[in-house]
Amino acid sequence: MTEIVHADAEKREKLAHMAGQIADFFKAYPDEQAAPAIADHINQFWSRRMRADFIAAFEAAPEALPPLLRAALPALRRAPAE
Amino acid sequence: MTLIKEIDFGTPIRVSDKAVTLTIDGQSVTVPAGTSVMAAAMSLGTKIPKLCATDSLEPFGSCRLCLVEIEGRHGTPASCTTPAEDGMVVRTQSENLASLRKGVMELYISDHPLDCLTCSANGDCELQDMAGAVGLREVRYGYEGENHVFAKGKEGLANENWLGKDASNPYFTYDPTKCIVCNRCVRACEEVQGTFALTITGRGFASRVAAGPTDFLGSECVSCGACVQACPTATLMENSAIQMGQPEHSKVTTCAYCGVGCSFKAEMQGDRVVRMVPYKAGAANEGHSCVKGRFAWGYATHKDRITKPMIRGKITDPWREVSWEEAIGHAASEFRRIQDHYGRESVGAITSSRCTNEEVFLIQKLVRAAFGNNNVDTCARVCHSPTGYGLKTTLGTSAGTQDFKSVAKADVILIIGANPTDGHPVFASRMKKRLRQGAKLIVADPRRIDIVRTPHVAADYHLQLKPGTNVALTNAIAHVVVTEGLIDEDYVRERCDLADFELWARFIAQEQNSPEATEQFTGVPAADLRAAARLYATGGNGAIYYGLGVTEHSQGSTMVMAMANLAMATGNIGREGVGINPLRGQNNVQGACDMGSFPHEMTGYRHVSDDATRQIFETIWGVALDDEPGLRIPNMLDEAVGGTFKALYVQGEDIAQSDPNTQHVTAGLSAMECVVVQDLFLNETAKYAHIFLPGSSFLEKDGTFTNAERRINRVRQVMAPLSGKAEWQVTADFAKALGYEMDYSHPSEIMDEIARLTPSFSGVSYEKLDALGSVQWPCNEAAPEGTPLMHVDRFVRGKGRFMITEFVPTQERTGARFPLILTTGRILSQYNVGAQTRRTANSAWHDEDVLEIHPFDAENRGVKTGDLVSLASRSGDISLRAEVSERMQPGVVYTTFHHAETGANVITTDYSDWATNCPEYKVTAVEVRRTNYYSQWQERNREEDVSLRLIAGRDAGRLPDAAE
Repeated sequence: MTEIVHADAEKREKLAHMAGQIADFFKAYPDEQAAPAIADHINQFWSRRMRADFIAAFEAAPEALPPLLRAALPALRRAPAE
Repeated sequence: MTLIKEIDFGTPIRVSDKAVTLTIDGQSVTVPAGTSVMAAAMSLGTKIPKLCATDSLEPFGSCRLCLVEIEGRHGTPASCTTPAEDGMVVRTQSENLASLRKGVMELYISDHPLDCLTCSANGDCELQDMAGAVGLREVRYGYEGENHVFAKGKEGLANENWLGKDASNPYFTYDPTKCIVCNRCVRACEEVQGTFALTITGRGFASRVAAGPTDFLGSECVSCGACVQACPTATLMENSAIQMGQPEHSKVTTCAYCGVGCSFKAEMQGDRVVRMVPYKAGAANEGHSCVKGRFAWGYATHKDRITKPMIRGKITDPWREVSWEEAIGHAASEFRRIQDHYGRESVGAITSSRCTNEEVFLIQKLVRAAFGNNNVDTCARVCHSPTGYGLKTTLGTSAGTQDFKSVAKADVILIIGANPTDGHPVFASRMKKRLRQGAKLIVADPRRIDIVRTPHVAADYHLQLKPGTNVALTNAIAHVVVTEGLIDEDYVRERCDLADFELWARFIAQEQNSPEATEQFTGVPAADLRAAARLYATGGNGAIYYGLGVTEHSQGSTMVMAMANLAMATGNIGREGVGINPLRGQNNVQGACDMGSFPHEMTGYRHVSDDATRQIFETIWGVALDDEPGLRIPNMLDEAVGGTFKALYVQGEDIAQSDPNTQHVTAGLSAMECVVVQDLFLNETAKYAHIFLPGSSFLEKDGTFTNAERRINRVRQVMAPLSGKAEWQVTADFAKALGYEMDYSHPSEIMDEIARLTPSFSGVSYEKLDALGSVQWPCNEAAPEGTPLMHVDRFVRGKGRFMITEFVPTQERTGARFPLILTTGRILSQYNVGAQTRRTANSAWHDEDVLEIHPFDAENRGVKTGDLVSLASRSGDISLRAEVSERMQPGVVYTTFHHAETGANVITTDYSDWATNCPEYKVTAVEVRRTNYYSQWQERNREEDVSLRLIAGRDAGRLPDAAE
């Protein structure tokens, strides 16, 4: 059980890190362009499960994310599960 | 089948707008101005006897065999050095000429051994041919006088003129007794290769070809083979031809090493290769080669080749050889079982950048159509995926803008994070030729790579930046361009999106991007950077060439866009001599990307979520396709460790050696329930595999490779697949076993399907490739013969798009524990994971990975060249030998990843490019200290080299793995 918790924490950390890097690129743009661009990038390149895991990890506690990612979160595509 | 004999015009055919018309032996001929009389004659089919001339080299005029008579001129000028002129009347044969030529040949032969029957050039000797052509019947001078032929004189005393053979190079032999001192080898080394390793020592009768003051192996020689090819006699001869004799037939095919994609004639006896000779009509290489393509093909028949399918239950079990049916049936039932149990998305595949377009296309089709997901990726993920993203975003297409030939028109060459003389040697030779003609050179590289200073080439500026600061450097160059008014305003106004441009220009002009402000990160003096920026922006045609030093960073994609910004701002895209050009790593990495190997893209870079695109595929493939992007390689490994990804099909890749953070990769592989490896050898990844499907080498297949200039070249089969099955057939059989029919009888039919599905390939067919030799995509109705230059009048995406490229330092930081930065790369004689080159005599040049370290850092640590040192990062540690080298800057160390037992990627980290997850190989914080033992990982790996590679029933299960 602890292993699963650990793996989940690691996954959450990794996805947050990747999303943070994407936000770091777009933060040079005006906010109204940056947030949709971040969401679009994640929608284009992340698999459905990666997005679902990311949303599940942060939807309830978006304050853990930097502001731009928080703004992008609602625009992430929620694909139906398999 | 016949032996392909190319026409030798004797001297280069010139390119000129002006034509001249002359008469040769009564026939009129028109040639470009500047063409020699010799080449003009040959274009009529008239062979003027010659020895020192060949059309890969500038005329030299030393052998005096090609003399002709020209009306109105005194004497008998050499036809090789005499340019054709309008109205010239030339005679190539007369009594006088015949007698002069016979006299010349008589002198040559008086100092040449008469062992023609047992000579290795027998059947392919220009000296013999010329003796025949001029009708030489006797040598009046005899052979007893002073000579270079006999080791001893008549009295039994040593002949001081005599020199023995130099067999130090593993691939060719220099036999001075056969030499006629025509200088062709020396000139080939200078003009074609640009290494200047060979020279003529002595004067007059004492003149000898020499590799400097040493033997060939110990010299500067890079073993490209240009001298061997140029030699008209047996003086420089391939060892394979010495051993086997002359080939009887040949086929034109494409090298399976780097992204230059050289064309070769595979010269054969039956199904045995005698030698690989570069093909002059090959547009990528135009008759040149490097040590890998020319000589290092022996791996194809190496005894380590696995030619029977094998399976095992657990990775600790010995392998069991089985039939093709059993192996494929087992693989299919495992993949079905896993998908039934863990879901459709729990399986995937990795396509190989070393395999053909057709083979790669079938793997991604297998994934999308038979696995029913988009979990397919390719090793471009770990090299040039940022190129794809960055160039597509800014210019609209995921590929380089030029053909290789374009470099001949460049005025300022900017090399960033590429080491062409090692990584792309044949293209580097073109580049060096242009630099010798006077083009300017700017090199941005943390190391003092060879091209910074090499014979007759010296960089005007070497911007020796700190690893990880590319974006800061390029932004600073752009800052100078913008703030000093060096923008090509007309170009930008006409061709680029102005709103994006203005946003970018405002950003880049900020003080934080100035050379003075960025110097603290880059370490590059602001004055040098300003001067280099002015040179690039104002020096005429500016051409950027870059490699993995750009892409393999956490800001790899940002950097590609930063370079595109710079090229657009200075108007350097869309004509000859300019552009932004990725030097791509593997032979077919461009093709693997084009063929839809990325999890988010179908062939031709069309996103899987695009309904219209998917519909075309669904119609032709007869199956519904997933509209969701799949997993990239690092994501697959993460999910494997996390327990949701369970089966992987790996085609001709070795992720356990090539991908970063080895222990994470092997943890991912170990967590999977079924790993299928299709490869020539039991590679590192195969240690973690449950099913092994033998692959076939490039000599065993028909297909196509696409090189870094988007050139689609044919690969032609010269021997049957050793495993009895072509690779594409294996994939088709696997798909069929999964219940999805793939019906092809030849790879050409696969290409036809690619053409039907892909707008940029719609004009490509084997018929066209056979007719034209090669084409560069896009090749379609708009460009039936392909597209050498992209973005000529407008960008593919319409308006060029400037992107804001803010410098964000990597999170990998040096500190007290890990004060140095490790950067990794490759070397000329080895290729990628070394699976091929380590199984050849190329190890004569590089038999282990060494750590290059600056004298300052070495002295601090008491490290001397040859010492065993421990190299440790936050990911792991290994031990290897040190080499103290001033090529490094203080604070930066370097190694290669060619040898599996070194484990360079045990050191590299999980950090990756923000856009594409391309790993950050080029920046790892490390510490180096002396040690006297190998690391735990290395010791365990050494054991597993044996224990995870046992084959039941073979020599107590021990696998011969000579290369390790």
